[in-house]
Parts: sequence; C-alpha cells; structure tokens
Amino acid sequence: MAKVKGDIIIDIEKCKGCELCASACPQDSLELSRKINSKGYHYIVKIEDNCTGCTNCALVCPEGIIKVYRKTDKKKEPIATIANVTGDITVTVQS
Amino acid sequence: MNEKRMLEEEKHFETIIAEESVCTNDNLVYEKPETLTDTPMHYCPGCGHGVAHRLIAEVIDELGIQDKTIGVAPVGCSVFAYNYLNIDMTEAAHGRASAVATGIKRVLPDKYVFSYQGDGDLAAIGTGETIHTCNRGENILIIFINNGIYGMTGGQMAPTTLIGMKSTTTPFGREVEVMGNPLKITELIAQLPGVYYCTRVAVNTPNNVRKAKKAILNGFKYQELKKGLSFVEIVSNCPSNWKMTPLESNKWLEENMLPFYPLGDLKVPKNPPKADKGELI
Ligand SMILES: Cc1ncc(C[n+]2csc(CCOP(=O)(O)OP(=O)(O)O)c2C)c(N)n1
Ligand code: SF4
Ligand code: SF4
Ligand code: SF4
Ligand SMILES: [Mg+2]
Repeated sequence: MAKVKGDIIIDIEKCKGCELCASACPQDSLELSRKINSKGYHYIVKIEDNCTGCTNCALVCPEGIIKVYRKTDKKKEPIATIANVTGDITVTVQS
Repeated sequence: MNEKRMLEEEKHFETIIAEESVCTNDNLVYEKPETLTDTPMHYCPGCGHGVAHRLIAEVIDELGIQDKTIGVAPVGCSVFAYNYLNIDMTEAAHGRASAVATGIKRVLPDKYVFSYQGDGDLAAIGTGETIHTCNRGENILIIFINNGIYGMTGGQMAPTTLIGMKSTTTPFGREVEVMGNPLKITELIAQLPGVYYCTRVAVNTPNNVRKAKKAILNGFKYQELKKGLSFVEIVSNCPSNWKMTPLESNKWLEENMLPFYPLGDLKVPKNPPKADKGELI
C-alpha cells in the first residue's frame, strides 16, 4: 500500500483556540497549547507526527489558517531479485 | 580540516531533512483561498460565519470570477464581510440586502451577484424584501446564515429561534403561545416559482463543509442560466449567544437545530446543467 504522510502549518497568531480542528482530526494530532498568542488565545499545536493530510482540520477552521500538505510514497519496486539454486536465500535490492 | 568536514556533514544533514519534509509546494493540498483577505476576522472563536466566508471565497477562486462578483453585506455580525472578501462589495440597510442585490444585478446583469444575510436580517426585518426578491425570480444568489438568534445585538430571539430555546428576550425559553412557532423561511421560499434552486446545508463537520461548498458553487453557476434565484441556507452556530463552547455549540446544532431544519435540497432544477463542476458552462 502506498504510504501517506501529511503535515500542516498553522498560523498560530490568528488562531482563536476554538478546538474545532482538534475535534475534527481523525488522528488526534492536534491539541491546545498552554502558551498563548499575542491576542491572548491559547493556540493549536500538532502533538503527534501521524498526520495523513486529510484536510479535515482546515475545512472546519473558521479562520482559514491551516495549510495542509500530503505526500504519497509509491511502494518501492525491487530493481533486482537474486535467488540461489535451492531457492532458500533471496536477496532483494531496492532502489 | 575537521571543521570543514563538520560543515559538509551538517549541510548533508540539512538536505536530507529538507528532502524528507512534507511541507513543500508540490505536496500542498489545502490553502486558504486568495479571495479571502489576510485580515483577521472579528468573529467569536468557532463561529460559523468564518467558514461560510471561506467557502464563498473558494468558490469564487475556483470559478475565476473574482473581478465579476459583487456581494452585498447585511447588518448583523457579518456586517464587515467586505473586509474579508477581496471582491466588490457594498453594505445594505438591515434586511434590505436582497433589494440592493436586485438593483445591482439589473444594472449589471453579467456580474455574479449575491447577498449574505443572517436570520434576523433575512427572516425578520427583511422578510418582505426576501419574499418579493425570490418571487420575482431575480438572477442572484442569497446566502442565508441561520444561527437561530440575533448574534450581533447580544442574543435576542429571532424568528428562527427554536421552541424552548433560551435567548435574552426568551429567558425561560421560546413559548409558542406567546412568541409563535419558529419560521422555516427556506421551506416557504422553495414554494415560489421564481426560485430555481433552494437548499439547506451546514458547516459543523468536514463533510457538511464539503456539501455546503457544492451548494454555493451551484448557486453562483446557476446565475449564468438566468432562470431564477438560488437560495442557500447555512445552518450555523453562535457559541457566544448560545452560551456554549464552540464544540458544545456544534453538538447542540446537530442535536437540536438539524432535526428542525433538516439538511438537503428543497428545490433542484429538473435538468440541471453540469453546474457542480468547476468549469463555466
Ligand atoms: C433598522 C435596524 N433595526 C435594528 C437594528 C439592530 N440590529 C443590528 S443586527 C440585528 C440582528 C442581527 O441578527 P442576524 O441577522 O441573525 O445576524 P447574526 O448577528 O446572528 O449573524 C439587529 C436587530 C439595526 N441595526 N437596524
Ligand atoms: S490534515 Fe487531517 S490528520 Fe492532519 S492534522 Fe488535519 S485533520 Fe488531523
Ligand atoms: S479551528 Fe482554526 S482557529 Fe480554531 S483552534 Fe483550530 S486552528 Fe485555531
Ligand atoms: S455573536 Fe455569534 S454569530 Fe456573532 S460572531 Fe459571535 S458567535 Fe458568531
Ligand atoms: Mg442570526
């Protein structure tokens, strides 16, 4: 299966700490920080490195301050497979 | 010598990190639309007005009609909508947005014209303008934000306030005997022959946000057909005047607003052109 890796960038200065993004995140990647921004709001931070880039958080954010990135690594195909005569050792070289 | 090697290794390490970073332009899958300005919004935390604005901006960007769109802002919390949408906009007196939009569309029929109105604005003081604009079948889009309350003025009862719902003017909850029933103005409007498309959406979950965007897209594109008015109700929250956290307000919306204001199409064109695709007809 292709591996999906996502990441987000939040403009924390404009975050109002409503937590709608955190509750919409299927990966539970987001949490309110203890720190506050210059407006006095606790802002959202990513606490886990398991984001899939599903965009849910960005869709529900009323401030429109979340950028979402997604990278899909295609499964690496072996470029050579060497087996000995008895077939009990297989060496696979990946690109 | 050693120092040089260390620098080289450091550089090598940096390139590996850069290569592994997911945050590159190639991998960008979602970003705020260009039509939404960088101005921080004045709305309370978690307020649905922000999502609704962003969806309008996304649709305008997708259709490439930023220079052909004219919006009319209401009186209500969204009175400053023109600060957040980078398009031509004007302000209307309380409740009169659809009348102002009518004038604009009649003078400039090739522009995409929409009004953005709250429930106090559209369904109370502006009921007359709303019904007659819809009945005349003006080729405009009306976006109706129903949060069941007068948000801006501090949470008074609106025609859309639910039975039993508390507000500053119904401190013991809305009583039908005294205040009458909540008004489903969208159902009423759907009956009018001038209305071409009428639907109700919400912005409380990612999926509902996707559907709401599609409805707004349809509303803009149907204007090209000149077959009548498009009406999109967005059931929204008002955490501040509902006296709830944003998360509680969305839960309350789901459990109380949506059963009374069910989501879905109320009127769809019989042979709709391919309007849910991004390209112009
Ligand atoms: C002619 C007139 N009457 C009354 C008001 C006071 N007023 C301002 S906003 C508002 C109601 C707004 O409620 P709504 O349209 O639901 O918008 P929301 O703030 O909930 O988004 C009222 C009654 C006014 N500005 N002008
Ligand atoms: S993109 Fe999806 S997985 Fe990543 S933080 Fe947002 S909601 Fe969570
Ligand atoms: S939804 Fe947006 S404003 Fe709300 S907490 Fe998340 S990032 Fe901040
Ligand atoms: S008062 Fe209600 S409608 Fe107005 S900005 Fe605050 S939450 Fe939104
Ligand atoms: Mg309202």
